[in-house]
Amino acid sequence: MTTPLPLDHLERAEAWGQASFGMAYVFRPSTSSALKAIFKLARDMGVSVGLRGGGRSYGDAAMNSEGILVDMARMNRVLAWDPVGGIIDVEPGVTVEQLWRHTLGDGWWPPVVPGTMFPTLGGCLAMNVHGKNNWREGTLGEHVLEFEAMLPTGEQFVCSPGSDHERFHAMIGGLGVLGCFTRIRLQLKRVQSGNLDVLALSVPDISSMLDEMDALKDDWEYLVGWVDGFAGGRGLGRGQIHAANHLTEGADPSPVQSLRLDRQDLPDTFFGLVPKSILWRFMKPFANNLGWRMVCLGRYLMAKRGHGHKFRQSLAEFNFLLDYVPHWKRAYWPEGLIQYQCFIPRDEASQAFGQVLKSCQARGLPPYLGVTKRHRPDDFLLSHAVDGFSLALDFRVTGRNRQRLLALTQALDAIVLAHSGRFYFAKDSTLGPEAAGAYLGGEAIQRLLDLKARHDPDGLLQTDLWRRVFAPLATREEFHNHQQAGLTDSAH
Amino acid sequence: MEPDHQGALISRPKALIIGASSGIGAALARRLAAEAVDLALVARRLPELEALCDELAQAHGTRALAYSHDVQDTASVPGLLESIARDLNGLDLFIYAAGVMFPHDPSAYDTENDLLTLRVNTLGAIAWCNPVAQRFARAGQGQIVGLGSIAGDRGRRAIPAYSASKAALETYLEALRNRVSSSGVTVTTIKAGQVDTEMLKHAAAVRGPISAERAADLIWRAIRRRRQVAYIPWRWSVIGWVVRHIPSFIFRRLNL
Repeated sequence: MTTPLPLDHLERAEAWGQASFGMAYVFRPSTSSALKAIFKLARDMGVSVGLRGGGRSYGDAAMNSEGILVDMARMNRVLAWDPVGGIIDVEPGVTVEQLWRHTLGDGWWPPVVPGTMFPTLGGCLAMNVHGKNNWREGTLGEHVLEFEAMLPTGEQFVCSPGSDHERFHAMIGGLGVLGCFTRIRLQLKRVQSGNLDVLALSVPDISSMLDEMDALKDDWEYLVGWVDGFAGGRGLGRGQIHAANHLTEGADPSPVQSLRLDRQDLPDTFFGLVPKSILWRFMKPFANNLGWRMVCLGRYLMAKRGHGHKFRQSLAEFNFLLDYVPHWKRAYWPEGLIQYQCFIPRDEASQAFGQVLKSCQARGLPPYLGVTKRHRPDDFLLSHAVDGFSLALDFRVTGRNRQRLLALTQALDAIVLAHSGRFYFAKDSTLGPEAAGAYLGGEAIQRLLDLKARHDPDGLLQTDLWRRVFAPLATREEFHNHQQAGLTDSAH
Repeated sequence: MEPDHQGALISRPKALIIGASSGIGAALARRLAAEAVDLALVARRLPELEALCDELAQAHGTRALAYSHDVQDTASVPGLLESIARDLNGLDLFIYAAGVMFPHDPSAYDTENDLLTLRVNTLGAIAWCNPVAQRFARAGQGQIVGLGSIAGDRGRRAIPAYSASKAALETYLEALRNRVSSSGVTVTTIKAGQVDTEMLKHAAAVRGPISAERAADLIWRAIRRRRQVAYIPWRWSVIGWVVRHIPSFIFRRLNL
């Protein structure tokens, strides 16, 4: 290599969970032509390029260690907004927060939002995120009318579900390795109020949790379950369900007021007293097995007391629960956390989740947070969804438990695969090529590799996740891969 | 190179050693390989390095990569560092172990050799440590290890350029430490006494040297403990203290 990449672009890029980091040469384009120039630079130098949005993936999905990392945050313009039809055109660096703040005053809300408002829409589509209404509304990708994308060759194209079904369903959920979104057109959802009707229920174990959620799913638009990962025995998987509905027309006495943005602001203090910006410091002393067991017990007892409680909550407060305590991940500092999320078909979910929770506890690695959601399958190539349930588990990483944690997740992978389950790369830090190949199937992987070879013949678009899971699959004999050389030799 | 399948949760520490083909550098490479550290080894002599890499791969199953480079070629350092970090997929530990010492000849004033000594021992170290320190400071972690010498404590009549090169290196490392320690980077100065290597053949007098393997053990301990300055072995810190405090009018009459 003759001229090195500029050292002043070298930055630390962390997994959101902080459990790993990599150094990368970070570039922040604000226009498509700047993005094109970065692709050219990468091609000329034979260095790989990774794409990063809000950096909210728990694992290594938005990292490209020792290569070029394109931070899309500055391509964040709203290009067009139709307040009558609820159709918006945005650049990929627009965040979920920017999106709803732009449209809510006109009575429109994103049809699908993740649990935090800080991811970019480009990142959301690369991961094809879902919300608490997945079984009803599908993933965010199902609400994209069309998008424009740039390939590493610099070529740009427009794609819609009708015009190019295959590309559309591969690039959305394509982990940012098939091209970079440059414009996204979304159909938003009409809302009659800035508030939701919420119902809270407590449930004594995992099977009643899932049964209850199934019973609620026809009458409610949003469903999410909290699982106490410490409870064992008969209380295994106990927790709380929150169900929510948009208000029907006329139910809100003053929609103009409730749709105002300042009514959506999350409160900045806890109990009206403790500034939330420092709340994580109060959580930190409890971020150990004993302390957090107490927190979970307290939370469950509160949930029991509040069983059947109905109340109204703002859209932001209900949907963006992860933003309720700013910087809460710092409670896991310095080693961080990982999340493990699995998706299991409906009939086997209760049994599988029971096994999963028991395995965690038996290995002395109880999850500090467990969340269940209801899902439906979709047409996307790297789909994570099934007609069933997901269970997302947060694990604290310590200096000593990394090997045990990895062994645990591998044991969990076996349980999930035995129940025909699936995984989700926005959360993943541990999946190996074997398990990924097993749940995605040879055909999907072959199609992915074929598309990759067509879109990116030099194999420039890569991430740490791609190299961990897919690059090893690409070198297997069963897949005829036209771009192996590009993948393994030239870049990284 | 095989990608790190467990990369997101588990990654092995990664070290780069400059001057790894012989002496303390090679002994350190063997020591680190035994600790399951991924290695990039740099020296002028590629065949020796490659033989060492093969040895380490067989003995410990370590990933060890060889790079040919002359530390006098400072212009190529940033590019080489970039590709080494890419090949290793990161960098946690940097050791500058390159050094030369020419035989003592009381009648000679050999400018060529003296300048070469400075270029290898000091200028090469600065050329490497600067970009490494910048990288580590950005990462908020990392450790830089430089090999000083007890000869750097005073100007030795037999080895003026060598003394000066090590004194300059040690002062540079101290300044670097002051500069990057607040960013979470450790800078360790090893003050080696006499170690039984090729270089020792050029020493004016041999006083109880330790083996290169023993030196590597002690240096590894200093690295693990994140020491700022470590005398190798410990007794040299006492001798060093005495030597530093001998008044000049006496010191110049001593045959040191």
